Amino acid sequence: MSSTQHWVSEFNARGAQLPGSQAPWLASLRRRAIERFADEGWPTPKQEAWRHTSLAALEQQAFGPLAQVQAGDLARKVRRGEAGYWLVFVDGHHAPELSEVGGLPAGAQLLPLSEALAGQAEQLESLFGNEADGASTAALNLALASDGAYLRLARGVVLDAPVHLLFIAASAGTASFTRNLVQAEEGAQATIIEHFVGQGSGASFSNSATRIRQANDARITHVKLQMEDEQAFHLGALDVEQSKGSVFNSHSMSFGARLARHDIVTNFNGDHCETLLNGLYYVNGRRHVDHHTQINHLHPHGISHEYYRGVLDDTSRGVFAGRILVAPGADKTDAIQRSDSLLLSRLAKADARPELEIYADDVKCAHGATVGQIDENSLFYLRSRGLDEAYARHILTYAFAAQAISRVEDPALRTRIEAAIRTLVPGGAELGEVA
Amino acid sequence: MLSIKDLHASVEGKSILRGLSLDVRPGEVHAIMGPNGSGKSTLSQVLAGRENYIVESGTVTWDGQNLLDMPIEERARSGLFLAFQYPIEIPGVSNAYFLRAAVNAARRHRGQPELDAMDFLKRVKAEMKAVGMREEFLYRSVNEGFSGGEKKRNEVLQMTLLEPKLAILDETDSGLDIDALKVVADGVNRLRSPERSLIVITHYQRLLDYIVPDYVHVLSGGRIVRSGGRELALELEERGYGWVKELAAEQNGSAGKGPDAARPGAAQPAEKGAAA
Repeated sequence: MSSTQHWVSEFNARGAQLPGSQAPWLASLRRRAIERFADEGWPTPKQEAWRHTSLAALEQQAFGPLAQVQAGDLARKVRRGEAGYWLVFVDGHHAPELSEVGGLPAGAQLLPLSEALAGQAEQLESLFGNEADGASTAALNLALASDGAYLRLARGVVLDAPVHLLFIAASAGTASFTRNLVQAEEGAQATIIEHFVGQGSGASFSNSATRIRQANDARITHVKLQMEDEQAFHLGALDVEQSKGSVFNSHSMSFGARLARHDIVTNFNGDHCETLLNGLYYVNGRRHVDHHTQINHLHPHGISHEYYRGVLDDTSRGVFAGRILVAPGADKTDAIQRSDSLLLSRLAKADARPELEIYADDVKCAHGATVGQIDENSLFYLRSRGLDEAYARHILTYAFAAQAISRVEDPALRTRIEAAIRTLVPGGAELGEVA
Repeated sequence: MLSIKDLHASVEGKSILRGLSLDVRPGEVHAIMGPNGSGKSTLSQVLAGRENYIVESGTVTWDGQNLLDMPIEERARSGLFLAFQYPIEIPGVSNAYFLRAAVNAARRHRGQPELDAMDFLKRVKAEMKAVGMREEFLYRSVNEGFSGGEKKRNEVLQMTLLEPKLAILDETDSGLDIDALKVVADGVNRLRSPERSLIVITHYQRLLDYIVPDYVHVLSGGRIVRSGGRELALELEERGYGWVKELAAEQNGSAGKGPDAARPGAAQPAEKGAAA
């Protein structure tokens, strides 16, 4: 049986038991989604958006049914006693015993998607998504997603602490399909942090979609810390709809997985929208990471700033493709896009593909991409002050990566990301406070 | 302390130093002047160990060791300091971190205990005051967004903290206004001692009003074509570099006549040194 057929028969076997299947709109949406996936199969490098990223290894991998696995130790390790609202998912299923969402302010609702679908499916219809959106992998998520988080913030509600969504790949050979829905009404504010971790689970597969809808002046910061095991596959989609005056910030930190693909799309549906897409990735060995972003400036006075940094070692590969559309009439658009890659090995490879499509006259758009090695002048300068070469290289590598962190406002979050980088970059653990 | 003999060096296949000799002994201040392209900066880069500068022949002895065999960081730790003409900006690395790492590398080399963050801060803040740098420069990235003068002060600060045996100042005066020049020169002068030597590379004589040299050497065409005392700098200021180039051409012309004729200028500083 081919991999495509495997998932279709998985749907045929499980579809009726998925949460929310009592709702006719959802049952039929899922049916259309799996039909699209069956029809198209996995994306292939023949498609422009997947030119640099082959899913052949994922297709060849067999994923079996779920086993019940304990993941409490890992959940506590990730949490490190940090306050906030924690929803934990193990192999794609809500783990109530590890979650803690008490103390939410009035007007805020945070619950697992499986519960929301069982109790209030009709409220989710407009937010849930469409089978035609995104790649066929997104359709597969739409068909099979069984859990995730649902967050709704009423008008003016401001969360004082971040919402942490912790996704644990606990057992080898399992596939998780999760979908997170966020609805922020006018002026609401929250930070949402998605953690993806594995506990030595080998070749797991996470297919995750997050959909965020921001009403006027809502402010959402979304953080993704992708730290799954080195054999894992990760396909993530982030879709954002922004209304007038809203601010969306994304920090995508992709450090784990054998293959990680992140698709990020945001639409400016009103004027004076702002977005920051900040990304940092580290890959070594034969690992592969790919960020595809798309920012659609559909109205005037939009600001989008996009900065991606990658550190690539061994024979790894990093891909960044960023599309910025400035539609007719989207005057006074201010867009900046930068992609900088640091190659630590001669065999590592980075691809950067900026695509700017501008149909308005009065706009400010700048883009730039660099791919390079450690700067020889900097290395010489440090060595001329008595620092040995290896140490100087470690400092410069860490500093390159850490510049992405300076854009993260929350100090606790910065500390988390810094700690992650230290464990990854060569010599990082001995560096101390570099910045 | 430092003895350069018949040094030939090239960069990117282009021969720059062509038989340079120089002896520097403890406590001496040598000024090296010369027109653009004469090899002044190449000399400083070769001494610091810059890898794309290739030494073709000649020797450099440093405290009894073969300097040219030492890695860049070994040279630094053993007390050789180069103040850069164009200090490098290093985004993402705080000046405080950089300075402490450098100081501790030197201390480890000397068998001294490393300074912890508190002791280091006490020390560095005192020195910053002396070179007129505000404390905020500790917490900014190394040289990033510093003005020309701030970068040069930062070089002098590093020199002060590292207490080198020999400091090479590569056009430290370039791009400085007179006030900044005085501050930098004061910083350098405070470091002068009977054990510490200086090589001051400069295009203009005005720096030498503030850092008074024992010897002045004129570099042209990759060799020292004339050496003298302080007054030579004043002569250069007055007459410009035109005659120096003529002198170099003359000496090159005589180079074919025999090994002795090939190095009249080069022999001079050694004699001067011996006479002092």
